[in-house]
Amino acid sequence: MATLSVCQTQLGGFSFENCKRNAVLETEVTKVGCRMPAARKTGTTIVGVVFKDGLVLGADTRATEGMIVADKNCSKIHYISPNIYCCGAGTAADTEMTTQIISSNLELHSLSTGRLPRVATANRMLKQMLFRYQGHIGAALVLGGMDCNGPHLYSIYPHGSTDKLPYVTMGSGSLAAMAVFEDRYKQDMEEEDAKRLVRDAIAAGIFNDLGSGSNIDLCVITKGRVDYLRPHDMANKKGVRTGSYKYKRGTTGVLTKTVTKLDLEVVEETIQTMDTS
Amino acid sequence: MCAPVIPLSFAKNTRGLRSQLKDSVPVTGMGPQVGAYGVQDTLRSGFSSVKNELLPSHVLELSEKNFQLNQDKMNFSTLRNIQGLHAPLKLQMEYRAARQIQRLPFLQSSHLALDTLKGNDESISFEDILNDPAQSEMMGEPHIMVEYKLGMM
Repeated sequence: MATLSVCQTQLGGFSFENCKRNAVLETEVTKVGCRMPAARKTGTTIVGVVFKDGLVLGADTRATEGMIVADKNCSKIHYISPNIYCCGAGTAADTEMTTQIISSNLELHSLSTGRLPRVATANRMLKQMLFRYQGHIGAALVLGGMDCNGPHLYSIYPHGSTDKLPYVTMGSGSLAAMAVFEDRYKQDMEEEDAKRLVRDAIAAGIFNDLGSGSNIDLCVITKGRVDYLRPHDMANKKGVRTGSYKYKRGTTGVLTKTVTKLDLEVVEETIQTMDTS
Repeated sequence: MCAPVIPLSFAKNTRGLRSQLKDSVPVTGMGPQVGAYGVQDTLRSGFSSVKNELLPSHVLELSEKNFQLNQDKMNFSTLRNIQGLHAPLKLQMEYRAARQIQRLPFLQSSHLALDTLKGNDESISFEDILNDPAQSEMMGEPHIMVEYKLGMM
């Protein structure tokens, strides 16, 4: 803003100041022939299925940025409350922030009511927020949880529409996964059958869709117990080299050898752990 | 019944400490930022541009600017239809009272009473996370802000 001083305090929330500037920049950049940097998406396969006394959520673990795999092992099943989890497809930042905001709101709500939160509450909060932003928040979600009325599974689209179904798939690999579900879904399955079905559906998405890949994460929610299996199945392990192409020691003859000692003293030693999860 | 668009001289007086009983909440649009003498007030509202004033820079800009107003309008009219005029009247009276409990305009006020009345103390949204007013890059010059609030400008 090109003012010397403001007359009223700024409000929080989204600021649209730079939209015109960004539009101008985009036209300039395309004239030169380059492209604007793309947002990181989670071109994805996420699924959910309800079985006899609970539900299983599944997701792959690849995050893409245009044509490049940005993260080979990202976590797409987000925590909403101890009995409710949510898988997210679409723009990675949008799904992350939306699920965190709804998780906070649900925690405050459950502290205020004094009860375990219901899945329908999370669903309504999500759809009202996504509709308010008219689809500009690119978050397609599969919301599932267990509450006093049993297991519930919802699919939520970026514009704010929701569906309550016994099995749902979302993301770029949703068609491949839905094919597996339509073929083998039965009502009131056992837990092991449901886990196998979800694993196969995600595998179908991983092997037939370029936007999905790497491992399969599972989340089994039953009354009083949540199993977060990460990774449940490493479908795409990196290959191991079968032969060694290094030269043996002594292949090159040594002519002369001089040793120079460097005088260094250790000032400080710190350990920084890398996130290799 | 007040007209939805308030002429500027009228608006100047209502920004003062006098309160106005309004039947409907006016929704502000993208009108030109004219100052005291009918020309663009560069000092206070920045450089002018025709495009800036005719079109919003993003589809959601207008909708977001007026979101709270529209929500309140909707809720109050529903309340009026269900419970009668007294209900929104009493609530708006309480809101107006709570809105007056704040520090001088250039200082950060907590708006605790107003937030509790509106129920904002039990929810988190993008207003609390993005663009925190406490971290704003623009400084509000104390004299100008107080003059604006008292309607002297």
